[in-house]
Amino acid sequence: MKFKTFIWFVGPSLFLMLLFIALPLYAVLMGSFQVTQPVMQTVEVESCSAGFLTQSCTTEIRTIPVLDEETGEMLTTTEWVGWLSYERVLEPQRAWDAITSLNYGALMQIDFWAALRFTLMFTFITLPLVIGVGLAIALAVNNAAKSIRGPIIFISLLPFIITPVIGSLSIYWLFVGDGILTRGIENLLDRDIAMFAQAWTIELLMLFYRVWHVAPFAFVIFYAGLQTVNQDTLESAIIDGATRWDRLKYVIIPHLMPLIIFIALIHLMDSYRVFDEIVGFRAEAHVISLQYLTFDFLQPDDAGNRAFSRASASSMLTMVGIVILLIPLLRRTWRDHKGSSH
Amino acid sequence: MFFKRLALAGAVSVAATAAYADGHATCDFENTTEITMLSAAFEAWVAVTDGMAACGNFSPELDQEFRTKQPEGFAADPSLYQLGGVSNGTITPLLNQGTIRPLDDLIAAHGDQLTPNQLIQIDGQTMAVAMMVNVQHLMFREDILSDLGIETPTTWEEVLTAAETIQEAGVVDYPLGATMKAGWNIAQEFVNMFGGFGGTMVNDDNTPGVNSEEGLAALDMMMRLTEYMDPEYLVSDSTYVQQQFQQGSIAMANLWASRAGAMNDEAESQVVGLVATAAAPLAMEGGAPATTLWWDGIVVAANISDEEAEMAFRTAMAGIDSETVAAAPDAAIWLIEGYEPNDMSAGAIASATANPAPPAYPSTTQMGLMHTALGNELPAFFTGDVTAEEALAAVEAAYTVAAQEAGLLE
Repeated sequence: MKFKTFIWFVGPSLFLMLLFIALPLYAVLMGSFQVTQPVMQTVEVESCSAGFLTQSCTTEIRTIPVLDEETGEMLTTTEWVGWLSYERVLEPQRAWDAITSLNYGALMQIDFWAALRFTLMFTFITLPLVIGVGLAIALAVNNAAKSIRGPIIFISLLPFIITPVIGSLSIYWLFVGDGILTRGIENLLDRDIAMFAQAWTIELLMLFYRVWHVAPFAFVIFYAGLQTVNQDTLESAIIDGATRWDRLKYVIIPHLMPLIIFIALIHLMDSYRVFDEIVGFRAEAHVISLQYLTFDFLQPDDAGNRAFSRASASSMLTMVGIVILLIPLLRRTWRDHKGSSH
Repeated sequence: MFFKRLALAGAVSVAATAAYADGHATCDFENTTEITMLSAAFEAWVAVTDGMAACGNFSPELDQEFRTKQPEGFAADPSLYQLGGVSNGTITPLLNQGTIRPLDDLIAAHGDQLTPNQLIQIDGQTMAVAMMVNVQHLMFREDILSDLGIETPTTWEEVLTAAETIQEAGVVDYPLGATMKAGWNIAQEFVNMFGGFGGTMVNDDNTPGVNSEEGLAALDMMMRLTEYMDPEYLVSDSTYVQQQFQQGSIAMANLWASRAGAMNDEAESQVVGLVATAAAPLAMEGGAPATTLWWDGIVVAANISDEEAEMAFRTAMAGIDSETVAAAPDAAIWLIEGYEPNDMSAGAIASATANPAPPAYPSTTQMGLMHTALGNELPAFFTGDVTAEEALAAVEAAYTVAAQEAGLLE
């Protein structure tokens, strides 16, 4: 292809990628190095508030923002603060003290590290489970009689169709308080159960929910892959006396390897951004994730304050985290890609 | 929480539409400009906006997410809303940005019906008109307490003793309920208890003051109370506690006055007529009830023309008149003329008129930051991860960083 034609071909996408991906990223990056704050003044204010029968008035010293005389807008200053916002999110000194004194509890008191711990644990536990369960369902469906395959595929796909937040809310309602499933388990075990009273049960539910939700996606991909397995190879393996396990290990899995890597890539990216479960399960008292941390910084309080700089820093850190996780897989894909092109 | 609010907002807006239909409210003038209003979505606002609709050309937006939409909506020029429904917690960003106008002239011209008590004044200027007060007060199952021969508790120590007796009798699942959901709710519980012990949240120089004797006392009391609660108390918000009451699974709770009406709602409550209210308990002898006073009221946008503002204000006045009170007497503790307190409001009034009186929730930027810090850091104490001292130190650290970022501290 001529260079000119090529540019005309990819130009629009390049432009849109710059506009919608590179530019916002750049803005967030810059935002994480700056702090914008209102100019404050201290004044003595008499304020009167409603009581039930009489008004109550108090005089107090208040720090309030200065408003521009002409436009009526808040005066603000923007300052370049370097790594300050990152330090406020990471709290390196406190974290280092906790690590050197081997105090795990103290480290987990820092929001970022607690969020990182959960996010990584969540990512690495769900990854093999999603791939394993997805593959198992695909193999089972592949071996099922043709006549019932359709309905089985339909039913196994259902969890994937549910909107994540709604799914996690349903699980929450099934288990919270005297939820129907909690009641059931209580009857079976004859003891009182509170699933949302401690962190580990909540985390267990989250892991279960995520695997339940994503495994069908892996299943569909693997099922499609299974249709392309070379039947001659499989048959000759049977003649050579290969067991079911041997065939899986030496024929099917190597054949599906590119798909496994694809699923791993997608799943790593998705689960590192775990968020719906935290909101759906109202888990913020017990566990938070990196994405939730960013959300929490951005959420305005009643006085309208938002921590924009820390939110930018925390989302940059999340992005860096995803990139680090993906590097090994991307390198492998790159190698395979180069290998096949020769 | 978010979705519950959303669902609630949806339900209420349906209710609001239904309320229009019967159109019994009247208005003494014909409104000729488009007036829109953004407010919270609880019952009292439905009643008020219903009254305002009688003036015509009025479209209310009742939305529990109003606190995130209001600052931006009012900052636009022209403002997206002529009127806003606020409380003392949510008026702060509007005051800070100067997006609401002083109402003194309008009150002089059209506000004869208002009592001085309804005027929210900052530095001599009236910035909002309050229509109701809200407060957290003690709600209890009258039948259970009288069966067991327990006097109505007036202090938190007595609440603990009563809870012990109820626990031993085994008449309910859990003797106590509380709005201890991590985040805003648990922070509010702490603000109440801390105030009850006489503490100061934020000093005059904007430094935090929670890591103190009073802070430790408040946390200690809250922790002792949790022993009598559903162990899932960290996910328990006002609606959850209300439902626990309605389903008869708790006997006592310090809950919002605006939730009291639901106890006698026959459609959803199994305890109709069994719940009574009393003043919020005292945290210490001679102190104020462990609660804060809240008001809800109406503000008028700054970025609109004076004519629009006048029409908007007159419409608002039609909404907060005695007709509205007559139509929905139980929807709130109204500040409006014609309101007659009923049995369920006894507790709220006793809390508000106690001597010394509980403080009003302070509408300041500092308090917003402190509330968030409390909501984020306190749960670790209740899950047993940190001691009370560590939790309060963490609150102060989180507040300090946020205050530095907001330009309040160096």
